Amino acid sequence: MEKLLSIFFIYIFIDNFVLQRFFGICPFLGVSRKMETAIGMGMAVIFVMAMATLVTWLVYTFVLVPFDLAYLQIVAFILIVASLVQLVEIVLRKISPTLYLGLGIFLPLITTNCAVLAVALLAVRQEFSLIEAVVFAVGASIGFSMALVIMAGIRERLELATMPDVLRGSAVTLITAGILSMAFLGFKGMISL
Amino acid sequence: MLIIYAIAALGLIGLIFGLLLAIAAQFFAVQTDPLVETIKETLPGVNCGACGYAGCSNFAEAVAAGETKTNGCIPGGTETAQAIAQLLGQEAGDARQPVATVFCIGDCYRAYDRYIYDGVQDCQVASDFVGGFKSCSYGCLGLGNCVRACLFDAIKMGEHGLPVVDYDQCTGCGLCASACPRAIIQMLSKSKEGHLVLCNSHERGKSVAASCEVGCIACKACIKACPQEAIEMVDNLAVIDLEKCNDCGECVPKCKPGTIHRRDAIPSAADAMATAAAKVAESA
Repeated sequence: MEKLLSIFFIYIFIDNFVLQRFFGICPFLGVSRKMETAIGMGMAVIFVMAMATLVTWLVYTFVLVPFDLAYLQIVAFILIVASLVQLVEIVLRKISPTLYLGLGIFLPLITTNCAVLAVALLAVRQEFSLIEAVVFAVGASIGFSMALVIMAGIRERLELATMPDVLRGSAVTLITAGILSMAFLGFKGMISL
Repeated sequence: MLIIYAIAALGLIGLIFGLLLAIAAQFFAVQTDPLVETIKETLPGVNCGACGYAGCSNFAEAVAAGETKTNGCIPGGTETAQAIAQLLGQEAGDARQPVATVFCIGDCYRAYDRYIYDGVQDCQVASDFVGGFKSCSYGCLGLGNCVRACLFDAIKMGEHGLPVVDYDQCTGCGLCASACPRAIIQMLSKSKEGHLVLCNSHERGKSVAASCEVGCIACKACIKACPQEAIEMVDNLAVIDLEKCNDCGECVPKCKPGTIHRRDAIPSAADAMATAAAKVAESA
């Protein structure tokens, strides 16, 4: 139980996927303009990451390892993540049209998100058990969403701030991301596995 | 042997997921409006966004839901508007199909370059670099952002360094107009009637005259000449209101730099060469 909690919090604060490991920078910069879309993307990522890690872990342990095919993990995981997102989309559309419309374009976008693939790959590399892997995925995705929401909050304020013209837009966003990343460095070493 | 396992394993995973997806698609099928599909088929399908929606399918959905008018598709023109109206059982509205017009005739013979630019061949970049290489900071740089933006092959770069619009090919989607960093291209009603002041410069007359042979110098001679009172001076640039212009052509001889032209008689490179040759002969 203690280990599960450590994993969960480590990947939210200490080894944050966006701010410390620099995975998923594209959505981090792309959809953090408005709080609403940031939350939508965050929810979609949490959902997909947990699902994807669960399935990839099972496939890895019960298909790839017994047949000595562990080297195929990247290809196999991409295949699994892509089909899973499709599947989720189809099911969501039927079961909950509101959620489907709410997630909108973000769901298919996640198919090609490197953070999702990274979670799946790291879960098997760190030799987590199934439960640990899922907790790891949920923690990592909550960390991702948190970074997104923080960034969206900052950017909404930056829109109204006075600053030199050259900094406006992407420039100030990247600088903010850098400072945010340094701030999160402060958590380093607080908990370890 | 190893490779067969690998292929078999991946193939199997793919097959299982594929089957799962197929079953899910059957099981969780959502009934969509067949009308949307039919409308989508009548559209040009270039996803230009001129209708204000993200793409053709979004527009089709909006039309089917009655959120937008049947003549919303600009590239499709009258034909598409009628086809959609027929599908929906409505009266077809008038298609509002404009045409792109380039408001600059200061080509490489009539406006000179201030320096040799060999940077990125992109109008936006060149325009941002020390105010652009052209003597006129409002004029066309001729690097072809509009040409690259056009999905219909309707705008080409002429040999004299100015884009030429193919009147029949142009669907009026306005992608070129938004691609131009200097807003030289305007979308006007698709008609060949009316005269236009083919200049985009808001500089004072003196500096226009110094930088371009054919720029509007804001002398107001055309305003006095116009019997229809269709010409107005807006920020040192004469603008002709096409609604009021009756094509009398009174303003043309009064315009000293020769900026005013009938819409179907926009001067070409050949004219420029002829005037340049005449000038050389005159000075010699």
